[in-house]
Amino acid sequence: MSSSYQRTSLAGSAVICVTLLSTPALAETVRVAFIDPLSGTFAALGQNELQSFHAMAARANQEKWAGDNQLEFVGFDNQASPQISLVQLKNAIDQGYRYITQANGSGAALALIDAINKHNERNPGKEVMFLNHGAVDPSLTNDKCSFWHFGFDANADMKSQVLINHLATNPAIKKVYIINQDYAAGHQFTRGEKEYLKSARADLELVGEDLVPLGKVKDFSPYIAKIKASGADSVVTGNWGTDLSLLIKAAKEAGLNANFYTYYANLKGAPIAMGADGADRVRYVGIWNINNETFAGEDIATSFKQKYNDDFTWMVSYSIVAMFSKAIKESGSTDPVKVGFALEGMKATSLNGQVEMRASDHQLLQPLYIGVWTKADGKTVKYDQEGTGYGWKTEKKYEASASTQPTTCAMKRPPRS
Amino acid sequence: MEFILFTLLNGLSYGLLLFMLSSGLTLIFSMMGVLNFAHASFYMLGAYFAYSISVNLSFWVAFLAAPAIVAGLGAAVERYGLRHVHKYGHAAELLFTFGLSYIVVELVQVTWGRATVQYSIPAELDGPLFTLYGTSFPIYRGFMMLVASLMMLSIYLALTRTRVGLVVQAALTHPSMVEALGHNVPRVFTLVFAGGCGLAALAGVIGGDAFVTEPGMAATVGSIIFVVVVVGGLGSLAGALIASLLIGMVQTFAVSLDYSVLTLLTALGIQETALRGSVLRITVAQMAPMLPYMLLVLVLILRPKGLMGTREG
Amino acid sequence: MKPEPAQRPDAIPARLRTILPRALPWAVFALGLIVAPLIFSGGASLSILSQIGTMMLLGLSFNMLLGQGGMLSFGHAVYSGLGAYFAAHAIRLAGAGTISIPISLVPILGGLAGMLFGVLFGYVTTKKSGTTFAMITLGISELVSACALMMPEFFGGEGGVSFNRVVGRPLYGISFGPQIQVYYLIAVWLFICTLAIYAFSLTPLGRMINAVRDNPERAEFIGYDPQHVRYLTFILSSFFAGVAGALGAINFEIVSAENVSTGRSGAILLFTFIGGVDYFFGPLIGAALGVFFTELLSNYTPAWQLYLGIFFVLMVLYAPGGLSGLLVEAVRPKVLRRSILRWPLLLAICVSGLLVVFGAILAIEMLFQRSLGSDSELKLFGISVDTSLRMSYVVVGLLVFVSGISLRWAWVAFWDGADKPQTEIAGVTIRRTGT
Repeated sequence: MSSSYQRTSLAGSAVICVTLLSTPALAETVRVAFIDPLSGTFAALGQNELQSFHAMAARANQEKWAGDNQLEFVGFDNQASPQISLVQLKNAIDQGYRYITQANGSGAALALIDAINKHNERNPGKEVMFLNHGAVDPSLTNDKCSFWHFGFDANADMKSQVLINHLATNPAIKKVYIINQDYAAGHQFTRGEKEYLKSARADLELVGEDLVPLGKVKDFSPYIAKIKASGADSVVTGNWGTDLSLLIKAAKEAGLNANFYTYYANLKGAPIAMGADGADRVRYVGIWNINNETFAGEDIATSFKQKYNDDFTWMVSYSIVAMFSKAIKESGSTDPVKVGFALEGMKATSLNGQVEMRASDHQLLQPLYIGVWTKADGKTVKYDQEGTGYGWKTEKKYEASASTQPTTCAMKRPPRS
Repeated sequence: MEFILFTLLNGLSYGLLLFMLSSGLTLIFSMMGVLNFAHASFYMLGAYFAYSISVNLSFWVAFLAAPAIVAGLGAAVERYGLRHVHKYGHAAELLFTFGLSYIVVELVQVTWGRATVQYSIPAELDGPLFTLYGTSFPIYRGFMMLVASLMMLSIYLALTRTRVGLVVQAALTHPSMVEALGHNVPRVFTLVFAGGCGLAALAGVIGGDAFVTEPGMAATVGSIIFVVVVVGGLGSLAGALIASLLIGMVQTFAVSLDYSVLTLLTALGIQETALRGSVLRITVAQMAPMLPYMLLVLVLILRPKGLMGTREG
Repeated sequence: MKPEPAQRPDAIPARLRTILPRALPWAVFALGLIVAPLIFSGGASLSILSQIGTMMLLGLSFNMLLGQGGMLSFGHAVYSGLGAYFAAHAIRLAGAGTISIPISLVPILGGLAGMLFGVLFGYVTTKKSGTTFAMITLGISELVSACALMMPEFFGGEGGVSFNRVVGRPLYGISFGPQIQVYYLIAVWLFICTLAIYAFSLTPLGRMINAVRDNPERAEFIGYDPQHVRYLTFILSSFFAGVAGALGAINFEIVSAENVSTGRSGAILLFTFIGGVDYFFGPLIGAALGVFFTELLSNYTPAWQLYLGIFFVLMVLYAPGGLSGLLVEAVRPKVLRRSILRWPLLLAICVSGLLVVFGAILAIEMLFQRSLGSDSELKLFGISVDTSLRMSYVVVGLLVFVSGISLRWAWVAFWDGADKPQTEIAGVTIRRTGT
């Protein structure tokens, strides 16, 4: 079994023994349950994210970010299913975990926070906290917001806003086509994108929109023919996985020279499938780009690549480990209630600059990057992705204010004990 | 005009790819009565072998070698697996291949990793074949159509014009007679199964770089090829061809139809805001990839043999 | 509950005279259900037990189709999933005070919902049997699972429909908040439904579905419409699937699109077959093992799906009767006597079999470690292997090969001069009968 995998209790206690020996007696090991897919088709993504957390925790423990406390991230395989996420949550709680983290799939995130709210209500004094490292459904920090949830990625609406406003700054773009996957998150993207398109620039025209069933389409050429017929010069898409790579491939095949504005083109697997086909016309919006203005975080990425032979892209792990450690240190406690209050309103510096955990809805406000897929040149594009020879050039960095949105969250807080 | 033309071409080429995928399945079913659930897994194996070979040698070597390797694997599966469960009946054979598909996808992930592999179109086949009104038709799609047509022709010739083909056909209807005449029927079955798997792998070689080579690729085509085979009529090659083209066309044209029941109602002058959030808002375009399954249900209600089928189930 | 082959209808009336041997297995079953949570206490294991319970019911309802009716369905999750959705919506409405229904009766509602869709879809699917039936169920399953994502209004989109199972005031202190109460709710329903499904197998309809499975033409000759018999069985099976779905919903307090997915349907098929379809109690074993694979084994190894696949294929190859078939085979007096007489060979079989399994697990874990992990060192069963060395693979390969040969030798010697449980037919017989 891989070292990142949850082990038998025997092996687990051996690990704890080793950590106990190497740290002063009073310090605690704060364990965080990483509940994400670790087997099956999505395992590549989950493993990469878990390794990012391992790397960050190792750094934090070495440099004592959380004082004498040690951080440990342990994988719990949720098989990409909301239901099994709940089973794993129960397992983690049984084993004494007080913190969990999850990203892949808002479905699982909504299920988890719902179960955590119930658990915390039924078991005062044994509260559990959810550090969300990538589920982007805006309702998590709006109507379904909770004191026990902290969102460290920018949510879908924030990304849509920046992406569309950025698109509007290019005066050559006149006609936009929206294509998303036919499920809750895709519907959310379509709704948000249409709204921001309306307000972004008067002469921007929405010439068509489509919803494609999730992961069911093999041949995207009919969609490309439709986009072409609509006369669109730019395509906005929240597609991920093969639904994104196939779209871009089909566009290149049919000679469609449109710009692609995406959310997930930097996600593992997409770059290699895109290859040269996406050069200079595919953009993504995200919280970080290794080819940023100062190459902040390149040392982390280099050592990560050395150790795991994989690209470091999951920068949110840095934000979480940094802020979580700081909260433990500042509150002098590992209790979720105290750590939660310490995290509220916390300002910190992450690899993308100044960030702030907004107290009213627990949404991290942070700068966002727009990257464009470009041939690596050693200067602006120093690092490529997945060995393709192409990487993301920072086209623009938007400060946190560009994506700050009002919230409808009415948060119920536990008593400060 | 050019939209219709290109949609037609897209539909045709997609339909032909579906035929490449399903012809092997049909062949195996018509000869052996085995509905090979792992067929899409052999398609995936074809793509992955082609990737490995084309990276190390060349695409053209892969084009020939990958189907051969997979056919060999198919022969082994038949010889050491299927033949063994044959005595338990067709349900056991189906379940055996069903289990096999679970194993193959895991082994592929262990061997080639879980992420997408960089299997791309060879340079000489990259680029537009012709450009019409600003829209280009890629060479590779033309190549795909060519290979599919050649494959169709050679299956037809092999079955009707060669000695082996005649034995195969005879073994289909009169196995004991063929055996009595001194032919090794089990070996014929192995040959057929290997051939069918080889055809799936050929589709993988072509489809793998036209689309994306990743561990999920078998699952995305898995059920659609069953639709093709059943709609066409179980065991009928001609039926598979017609069904493939039909499904290719239906799916491609449906994408361009942004109409829903709601639009129809509005056009008829019925304005009902309450309906706007309901099922009726779903457009034909949105349902396009699901239409084959509806077609399946429809065909099975109206004509359970399938379009060209001669026997039922 | 007895190891009674379902295809031997004449065996049962003979035993009607004595009530005790018939009641005994049920008493044991009931006792097992009551005692299980006392042995496996703790939040997570209770949740696992609850899942096994719902899976058992799902497997039993599936076996009404596969085992009793010879209908291989690739879309059984549609009916349990839709039942679960209806149950979830009902509990939500009850929570909001719109309707009034006690949680303990919600499974009936789920069952009725499953039944409704059984009536609807079953009409189409049961027109045919065999391969065509399998294909239509697959098509319907694909359609429903796609709709589940496209229509978030009912299916709740990606997040599914979640709810609070604690509705209204507790009755006699039972609120169904604590897991233990949910477990017993599931256990009671499982027991009732198991009785009902068993009773079904004794009814004329239950007998006819066996006849239709074995020979539809003859069944038609004696005046039964096979299609009608299949349809009725399908509807009943959908009802029990719906009950299982609703119980699962209450257990998780969430229903999402995966509940109706084709993957879930495939899992039901896999587990039921592994348990064995020829015996009534087969699916019970299959369900327990299935949950073991997905919930427990997955905590220890990322290769669990591969193990499940290999296990399934081995069962199809060597034990098509499933685990229940093996079990019944193993306790036959003939086999027991032979085991005692030839105990050294039996020991050899066990030892070399364990070595094969050990070697295979080691090999698989090494491969997975290499493809996923960052470490080249694998620690398993107290030993440590370097997965970057080619030598390790050679050693493990040799181990599997040698122990495999010795297993084969011991197996052949053990059965020497006797009818094996499943006699091999020399050469290949060509069967052209339907599935």
